[in-house]
Amino acid sequence: MQYFIQQLINGLTLGSLYGLIAIGYTMVYGIVGMINFAHGDIFMVGAFIALIVFLILAALFYSVPVVVALLVMMIVAMLFTALYNWVIEKVAYRPLRGSFRLAPLITAIGMSITLSNFVQVTQGPRNKPIPPMISEVYNIYGVSISLKQIVIFVVTAVLLAIFSYLVNKTSLGRAQRACEQDQKMAALLGIDVDRTISITFIIGAALAAVAGTLFLMYYGVVVFSDGFVPGVKAFTAAVLGGIGSIPGAVIGGLLIGLIESLWSAYFSIDYKDVAAFSILAIVLIFLPSGILGRPEVEKV
Amino acid sequence: MTGKTLLDIRGVHTFYGNIQALNGVDVTVNDGEIVALIGANGAGKSTLMMTIFGAPRARSGKIVFAGTDITQLPTHEIARLRIAQSPEGRRIFPRMTVLENLQMGASLDKMKHFDEDVEKVFVLFPRLKERIDQRGGTLSGGEQQMLSIGRALMARPKLLLLDEPSLGLAPLVVKQIFDAIRELNRTQGLTVFLVEQNAFGALKLATRGYVMVNGNVTMSGTGKQLLADPDVRAAYLEGGRH
Ligand SMILES: Nc1ncnc2c1ncn2[C@@H]1O[C@H](COP(=O)(O)OP(=O)(O)OP(=O)(O)O)[C@@H](O)[C@H]1O
Ligand SMILES: [Mg+2]
Repeated sequence: MQYFIQQLINGLTLGSLYGLIAIGYTMVYGIVGMINFAHGDIFMVGAFIALIVFLILAALFYSVPVVVALLVMMIVAMLFTALYNWVIEKVAYRPLRGSFRLAPLITAIGMSITLSNFVQVTQGPRNKPIPPMISEVYNIYGVSISLKQIVIFVVTAVLLAIFSYLVNKTSLGRAQRACEQDQKMAALLGIDVDRTISITFIIGAALAAVAGTLFLMYYGVVVFSDGFVPGVKAFTAAVLGGIGSIPGAVIGGLLIGLIESLWSAYFSIDYKDVAAFSILAIVLIFLPSGILGRPEVEKV
Repeated sequence: MTGKTLLDIRGVHTFYGNIQALNGVDVTVNDGEIVALIGANGAGKSTLMMTIFGAPRARSGKIVFAGTDITQLPTHEIARLRIAQSPEGRRIFPRMTVLENLQMGASLDKMKHFDEDVEKVFVLFPRLKERIDQRGGTLSGGEQQMLSIGRALMARPKLLLLDEPSLGLAPLVVKQIFDAIRELNRTQGLTVFLVEQNAFGALKLATRGYVMVNGNVTMSGTGKQLLADPDVRAAYLEGGRH
């Protein structure tokens, strides 16, 4: 039992990160109908920016409280990663909007390779470690939960609360949803569709940057190729939850995290990715549009 | 009372790819008028309504609104000059509630008069108030039509464009909407440019009217003149009763 709960906690930790990344996939898909394959690399860039901020802080100050360091890393990572994604959308995706469907997809794959190569060249191809930022571990009835994991849960929960308020209750969120549903009508109501799409990329990148910062804090190491596997997992999470659905992305992320860690714990760690993808395939057979996805047909 | 020119459309040509939909259209709407545009299916009426918003963009010609040349402005900037449209097909946001759809309409007004204006819309269409939390996509056709008009009114427009406001509505509701348009026009001086299949009702309501055939305006005059015109009667009024 303790072992099971232990794996549950580990799975939810991982799942929180997948969920934060998956939101970016799902929002971009919702508004421009494309899979932004570079989003995983945006997450990796976020982790690297957090790493650089960490190194700068370490060089400048004798000691910095962990909370402050983490906050500064997160905020700077959010800002710069958002800037990256904003530029990418403007120069690489926007000119292709309205062309045939595969064009933006191919560009996104190209963008993904560009980003990881860029980081490989500028930051080097080797693992970049940082000393552990937080090392406390609590033991509750034989289940150990680390402070790092608690930080991940708390940050994810706070962020999701802010984010869902933004999407559901503010005029910005309404404009965002309106553009998702009918861009032409949104424009007729005075909504600047291009700007709204830009904001969507910025928000998606900011969430991925937080995931990147938390990833760095949790594993203490990052490498240029770290965008790929988490990116694919988060994309899978978005599809599993129902692409286009924001709560779906979070649920999908948590599920993928759980499947992965439970499978590794009880079966074979070598096949954990196979397990995640098999579950995806099975779910899609019974729920073709994902867990919370909307069916394609709709009365309009 | 009608005043100076509010909307001036001069020699507008619009294409869908290579298909020409508007072929040199001239239409003027003056401040305080209700202007009706009638014509057969496929004449280009809806295309004209959308060309005013630059979607599709006029390939040649000029569109001036309240002294500003809007021919090349982005769609959302044209809307921000306070032109609102209830477009063909209604285009309700299907996964937003009735209230959210109305809030979208009010975004042009920066939500400044939302509470006051939403009450006015509910007086006009009490049905919408009963459905306030229902998703747009699940409303009946008539309810969507009411919502589309209500949403346009929420923008506090200087010019209201209505593309077939009577479509799919029961005769009693049509009368109610036409009465409301007349009322808004009389009391608030709202300028209205509307497309109608219901030519009789529209021309009775309108100060002036235009007849469109195959992308051209072929006739214009006051509502009374057009109603009395034998060609108009034959093509759009009596024809419908056969
Ligand atoms: N998106 C489009 N692509 C190609 N052709 C179009 C498009 N929209 C309209 N057309 C064509 O342009 C012409 C004018 O269409 P429009 O919708 O403006 O007619 P309308 O007068 O509003 O007709 P109705 O009374 O049926 O609504 C038609 O021949 C139509 O087939
Ligand atoms: Mg039409």
